[in-house]
Formats: sequence, structure tokens, C-alpha cells
Amino acid sequence: MAKYDALMATCRTRIDELKAQAPLKEKSLDTRMEQDGVSRRDFMKWSATTAAALGLPLQFAPMVAEAAEIADRVPLIWLHLAECTGCSESLIRADTPSIDALIFDHVSLEYHETLMAAAGWQAEENLEHAMTAYKGQYILAVEGAVPTANDGQFLTVGCKGHTGLHIIEEAAAGAAAIVSVGTCAAFGGVQAAAPNPTEAKGVEEVIHQPVVNLGGCPPSEKNIVGTVMYFIMFGRLPALDMFGRPKWAYGARVHDNCERRGRFDAGEFVETFGDQGAKDGYCLYKVGCKGPYTYNNCPTERFNHHVSWPVLAGHGCIGCSEPNFWDSMADFEKPLGRRELHSLDMTADKIGGAILGLSALGLGAHAVASVVVTKKEEASK
Amino acid sequence: MSKRVVVDPITRIEGHLRVEVEVDENNVITDAWTASTLWRGIETIMKGRTPMDAGLLVQRICGVCTFSHYRAGIEAVEDALDVKIPKNAELLRTLMQQALYMHDHVVHFYHLHALDWVDVVSALSADPAKAAQVAMKYTDKPIAAGEGDLRATQERVAKLVSTGKLGPFANAYWGNQTYKLSPEQNLIAVSHYLKALEVQRVAAEMMAIFGGKMPHPQSLVVGGVTSVRDMLSPARLQEFKHKHGIVTDFINRAYVPDVVMAAEAFKSEGSVLGGVGVKNFLATQDFALGNGKYLFEGGVIMNGDLANIQPIDPNAIKEDVTHSWYDANDAQHPYDGTTDPNYTGMIKRDTVYGELPTLDEKGKYSWVKSPRYNGEPVEVGPLACLLVNYGKGNKAVVDAVNGLLELTGLPIEALFTTLGRTAGRLLQTKLVADSVDETLNALITNLLADEATYVEPVMDPSKEYKGHSMIEAPRGMLSHWVRIKNGVVENYQAVVPTTWNSGPMDAAGKKGPYELSLIGMKLEDPTKPLEVIRVIHSFDPCMACAVHVMDFKGTDLGEYTIKAGA
Repeated sequence: MAKYDALMATCRTRIDELKAQAPLKEKSLDTRMEQDGVSRRDFMKWSATTAAALGLPLQFAPMVAEAAEIADRVPLIWLHLAECTGCSESLIRADTPSIDALIFDHVSLEYHETLMAAAGWQAEENLEHAMTAYKGQYILAVEGAVPTANDGQFLTVGCKGHTGLHIIEEAAAGAAAIVSVGTCAAFGGVQAAAPNPTEAKGVEEVIHQPVVNLGGCPPSEKNIVGTVMYFIMFGRLPALDMFGRPKWAYGARVHDNCERRGRFDAGEFVETFGDQGAKDGYCLYKVGCKGPYTYNNCPTERFNHHVSWPVLAGHGCIGCSEPNFWDSMADFEKPLGRRELHSLDMTADKIGGAILGLSALGLGAHAVASVVVTKKEEASK
Repeated sequence: MSKRVVVDPITRIEGHLRVEVEVDENNVITDAWTASTLWRGIETIMKGRTPMDAGLLVQRICGVCTFSHYRAGIEAVEDALDVKIPKNAELLRTLMQQALYMHDHVVHFYHLHALDWVDVVSALSADPAKAAQVAMKYTDKPIAAGEGDLRATQERVAKLVSTGKLGPFANAYWGNQTYKLSPEQNLIAVSHYLKALEVQRVAAEMMAIFGGKMPHPQSLVVGGVTSVRDMLSPARLQEFKHKHGIVTDFINRAYVPDVVMAAEAFKSEGSVLGGVGVKNFLATQDFALGNGKYLFEGGVIMNGDLANIQPIDPNAIKEDVTHSWYDANDAQHPYDGTTDPNYTGMIKRDTVYGELPTLDEKGKYSWVKSPRYNGEPVEVGPLACLLVNYGKGNKAVVDAVNGLLELTGLPIEALFTTLGRTAGRLLQTKLVADSVDETLNALITNLLADEATYVEPVMDPSKEYKGHSMIEAPRGMLSHWVRIKNGVVENYQAVVPTTWNSGPMDAAGKKGPYELSLIGMKLEDPTKPLEVIRVIHSFDPCMACAVHVMDFKGTDLGEYTIKAGA
């Protein structure tokens, strides 16, 4: 995380400032709303800047064609470490461009265990060949965490019996860019949840190179392909947030673009899953939605060709694109209580809302998370 | 003199699988060992968490059969807490499961398995006009197999080859003599490979309508389902029906003809005539269609005896770790298992590729345990499901099986082969697809009088609970087992289809389905073991699922008693 030291130091300062603030619960609702409004303006400004800088994903379709002429067939090596293949499954849902266009027209998929025809010795030869022939040129996409306990021997791959740890170190050394696809590769994911029996880690923690982290379990197909496409289009990686995630995809909170946001603002909440509020599309905060704490483009992009996303399907966001969410955001069907999240002390935002009305409780969470966004943007300038 | 052949990674599967075989001087396989080479720890991680989160977390066992573990985790907790979900919730779960099967089996056949049967390079020399005629032989309405489609496909592949970079198709076993399709047939199949990439997206969208997304849908909760608005929306139901039509059309006009075409071409190929070494099969009742009806019934077949199918006795299930990287002395019921990882590594020896680390067959060699039913290995999966239902006289299944045998001219013995396993998966897909309308109609009818989707579970933290689920996943029978104490998960275990199929030898030296299916098969070229992956792929391996996850510290997980009548 060395590249984020300055950013984190700035964030730390801000958190300390927040901690020093008087408890918000003693202020009036209007005060809280005002604070919320200010943060929101900052957030909207930040969102607009990011969108203008990138134009992704809505405008990237025509750019892909243009880029393909100048950057045809970028080598892509995709490794599977400690994983469930959900990210690959997400990849093959891609429609902008489709996976077949990706394979045939845009990138040269040199190694991908789920899709490649070769097996065994010949598959390993492909990997070695690609790492040598395209040294310094290939995109390395990694799916799954790196088990590090027992010298990494909870995972071996290939006839030569190399550990996942060995393979990632070797493959990263020659990569032009490294993309950790999904929360496991980015932050350790489910196997790194307490008590993390294999000492699984995110890729970023075991190598010493910049990594793009595509949080999400799995990330949407658009966020995977968009990142690969961005590299093809611009020959560099996009601007990142404090957790190494592309801002174009992870720059806004789920809560801010949520289709149920109006219900939240009106104080209309689903109380139990099958109630009238559930039928009427009320806000899911009270049944555990972690949208106010989660950065992703799920509400605007949705999943599977825009068909749906969890909140539309009536289940709260579980925060799957955030580091350590399996521990920090459980249990998933209850509102997040007072606890530290991303080193940010939630006591500062009045989450302990037994005294407050539910709406105010949620607004408190909203306010603090907005402050974090603002801070990230300033720090990255 | 015997030679060792190592195949690792087995690609086009979920997870990490290593296969080693010994071949004699005639290249006939004399022995075989299979191993998972990854251990993650999900069941350990479950301990101490709220049971309400179990489904979400254990779903991450697998991103392929992504709905299966979610549902099994939720239903194990529902069983423990004695929650009876509303009928709408039951039917909605069936619709999601139907969507999962339609997706998973299509992806398996075309993108994971087909390249074992289809020589992509051979398709370059096909005559597209002639190929279009060939396609008409297997169906009067071929899909993506007109002359124009086929020419476009061929040009696309040619362009790829001409760049000198074959990408994902590089360095495979093209030209192997055990590829049996003609260039024209190969071209049809390649065209369907590409079309299936489109169609699988639509199948995933079916799941997403009621699941929020796929993989890892997010609309089940202990007590029911959450996608109440989607369920109540006529537009959403119609969307589901419409997408179902697109996928079903592909199944009927591509998947069925392609399997018939493959059966015809491969019916004298040694590597597809064998492949069922274990003639014991296990499948459970599943696909609730409302009114107490199920699409598939359950049961146990021992020694291939289809006339004497027994109900499943959960107490007959034990797991052996003699050759797994765990410590234990005897075969144990899953809930009595000691869970002491004991990674002993591999041993170097000479192979057809020179000296390599290899599996230590005399010691421990896999992260997969070896489940046994009354001490015997069994096979689970679509073939097991069809055989159990065929034996029990399930009319839809009997008609489907007899229909395919008639179409291909194969005898019933052909079911007990690699080909039978692949054909069985097709038939299961078709039976599932054909049952969607009945499920949708049952839901619509029920909605006229009942909109309930959820029953709030009650959990008393001072009480102890235990429960399990037993369902069919695309790769076979899946069961999850949970014990709850002090309001949190005290113990969690998953007994998984690929574990049944891929486990190593047991204490008695009995081998499981993967290993036995390979023995006796002749390889054309041991350095290019296409036949090995063809057989292994027919099981549709899912290794992340298969690896039982233990407590790394070796804590005794305690005793567990199966509920009577479970």
C-alpha cells in the first residue's frame, strides 16, 4: 500500500478531525441535513469531474472500435488462485463488448484456465511462453486470493507444482498492468474472512507493483471489461480511489444512485422482508442494506445486461466491493451498528441510532461516508 | 515399462484439479489418481457467524453452481429452525434453479467440454455450403448453422489463425486422431460454441430477474425470497418466459442435435465407450413444482441394479481421509470428522515430461475427502439423476431417455459411459427447460390467492438447533449441514457432488468415480492426453466445491446426529 501512503495520511487526519467533532446526535435534524447537503455538493462535483475525465462506461463502446485499430490484440494472462470462478463467470456475461469480440477482436487471451483449450503441460507452456514473449506488455488479471500460510502450499498449480504465491510473483514481474479481479484478488475475499485459516491475502499485499482492484463478489462484467478496455484504449490504467479501485466505476456510493433513495429520504423502510413496504419498493436500510457504506456502480449499471441488481431484487447491498466486508459488514440483514469501518470510527456519525429516528440514523451514515469521498478526491489531486 | 503422465492444470473446469495416470507399453492406463490442489477454509470461516448469513457466505464456495450453495445454505438453516417457506418462495426458488441448470449445462457442454470433441482447426477446411446441408441432417431447423453463419464463423477463426496467435485455442490437442467429427461437423460445432456464448448470457439474465444478479444472486433469505416486486410484476414474469424461450430454442435446435451428432461420430471411440467404473449412483428429490410434485425423485442405485432403488439413508454416509491431506484413522460420518490438515507434499519422479513432483499414491495426495455410501464409492450428477428416475419409472425421464436412445440407435448400456454422462446432462437440461412453464403457471395460479413470500424465522439463542438440506446441484447431489448454538453457527459442513466423484482412494484401496473411469483407457499419445480430459470433463468438475474445509487448528468438530427420517 506504499503508493497510498500520502493519501492514507490525509485520510487519517480527516478521520481524527471527525472523531474530535461533538456527537451529532445532540444536534437538530436540520443541522444534520445541512451537513448532508454540503457533503452532497462536494460529492456531485467530484462525480462530474470523474465522469468527464473518463466517459466510461457509457461512451466507451465507440472508443473501443477506435482503440482496436491502434492496440489490436493486447496479450491478457488471467490467473486463477484461491477462488470460486465467479469472476470468470461474470466475465463471460460481458456484452460491451461481448466476450467473443473480446477474444477474437480485442485481446489475445493467452492463458485463462476456464476458457482455454490446452490443458496440463501444454497449458503451462502457454503461460510460460506468454510471460516470456510478451514480457512488459501483457495485462495480468488475477482472480482469487493468494494463500500464504505454509509457504503458500494450500494452493499449487501446474505439472511443476508451483504455489500460487510463486506464480503470482513471477507473472507480476513481467506485467504491464495488473488487475485484481474481484474482492478475493483485491482484498483477500471470503477465504480471508476471520479466522483466515490459509492466511489468504490480496495480490497487492504480496507483490510490490501497482495493482488495480476491482472489488465486488463478483465485480460486474462491465467493471472487468471496462478496465481491460481502458488499458487497451489509453495504454495506462484509470484513476484510482484510496482502495485502488477505478474511480469511473467505484467513485460513487451505491446509496447515492440507488433507485430506492427517495424512499430513504422520505423515511419509508421495509421492516421485514415480506411486508407491504417490500411490495412497494421501500428502502432496505433497516433490513441490512450496506449501500451507504459501499462504493460501486451497481445502481446505475446493474448486472447481466442491466437486468437487475440486488436492491432491485429486494435484498440489501452486502457491501461486497469493500475490503474486509465479510467481517466488517456482517450480519448482513441488520443495519450496521456502531463499529469501525475502514478505520473510520462510526461513533462519529451517530450510527447508534436507537434514540434517533431511522431516517436520521441513515442520514448520519450518509454524511460521514460523503466526507470520506470528498477527502479521497482532494487527496488524489 | 510403465510411464507416469501428469495433467495439471485440468483446464475448462471450476478450480484446481491434477490428474496423474500410469500407462503401460501400449499406452493403456493401468492406474490413475486425481487431486485437488487448493484448500480455502469456508466451513471454518462459517463458525461463530449468524446462521442468517450462512447462505450468502457459503454461496462463495462456488461461482459456477452459484445458486446451489446459496439455496442449500439457506435451506439447511430453515430446516434447523423449522421454517416452512410460502409456496411462492418455493416456486420462485425452483424458477431460479431451472435458470441455473439451463445456464450451467449449456456453458459446460459448449465452453468447457466441447473442445474435447471438436477440432477447431479442422473447421478451417470445411465447405460451409456442405456443412449447412450436414446441419439439416440433425434437425430440420438448425440454429446458427446456415451457410452464411458458418462462412462467417470460418472467416473469424481463419483471421485468428492467420495472426499466428490462437489465443485461448493455442497449443491444444488439435489433430489428435481421437477427434472424430468431419470438418463440416466441426464447423457447425464451432459456430454453436460462439452462439452459445450469446445464449448463456440470456440464461444468466433469467436467473438475474429473480436473483438480482448472476453469479452470486442475492434474493434468498432464511424464510423465503426477497424479489417480491419481480414476482408480482407481469412484465417480469413475461421477461422470464421470453428469455426461457430463447434458451430453450437453442437447446432444441443446437444442443440436442449436437449431442446426437457427437454420439454418432464417437460411438466407436474407446475413450467415450468406457468411463463408468463405479456403478453405484446417488440422487435426491428436487425441483418442487408445487402441490407436492417434484420433477426428479431421489434414491440410491448399487451395483447398477436399476430394479432395486433404495431411499437415501444419510447415516450410511461416511468420509475417509486415508489418502487426503488430513489426519484421521477411520472412515467417519461427516459430523464426527476430525479435521487436522496434514499436507505431505508431492514426491519427485520421472514422467513423460521429465522429472516432476508427483502425487504420492502410497500416502496422502489430495485436499478432497472420499465420501462413501455404506462403504462404497458412488457417482452423483445428471447421469445418476436420470438413472435413478429411469429405474423408478419417472415417465418424463423414461420417455426422454428412450427417445434419445432411439434417435442415436444406442443401446441402454451406452448410458454407462462417458458419452452417457454427457448425453444425460443434455436430457436433464431439456427436462428442466420443459418444466419451466409448469412452474410459472403454478406460481401465477397461486398468486391469485396468495402473495406471501416470507415467513420470519424465530431463533431462540438459548436453544440449540441442527438441520440439513439435500438438493440437486448441476453436478449432482449436494447437502449442507448446520448446527446452531448461542444464536451462531457452531458447526457447518457441506458434502458436495464433486467430492463424491473426485475423492482419492479410501483405506480399503477403493477408488472413486474419477480414478476408476480412467483405468483401462488407451491414450493415443501420452504427452497429449486428450482422452483423459475428455473423460474427466464429462463429470463437469467443480473443485472449489469439492474440497471439504476443515479447521486448520485441528479442533474436534464434535458429534452430530442425523435427524430420524432425514
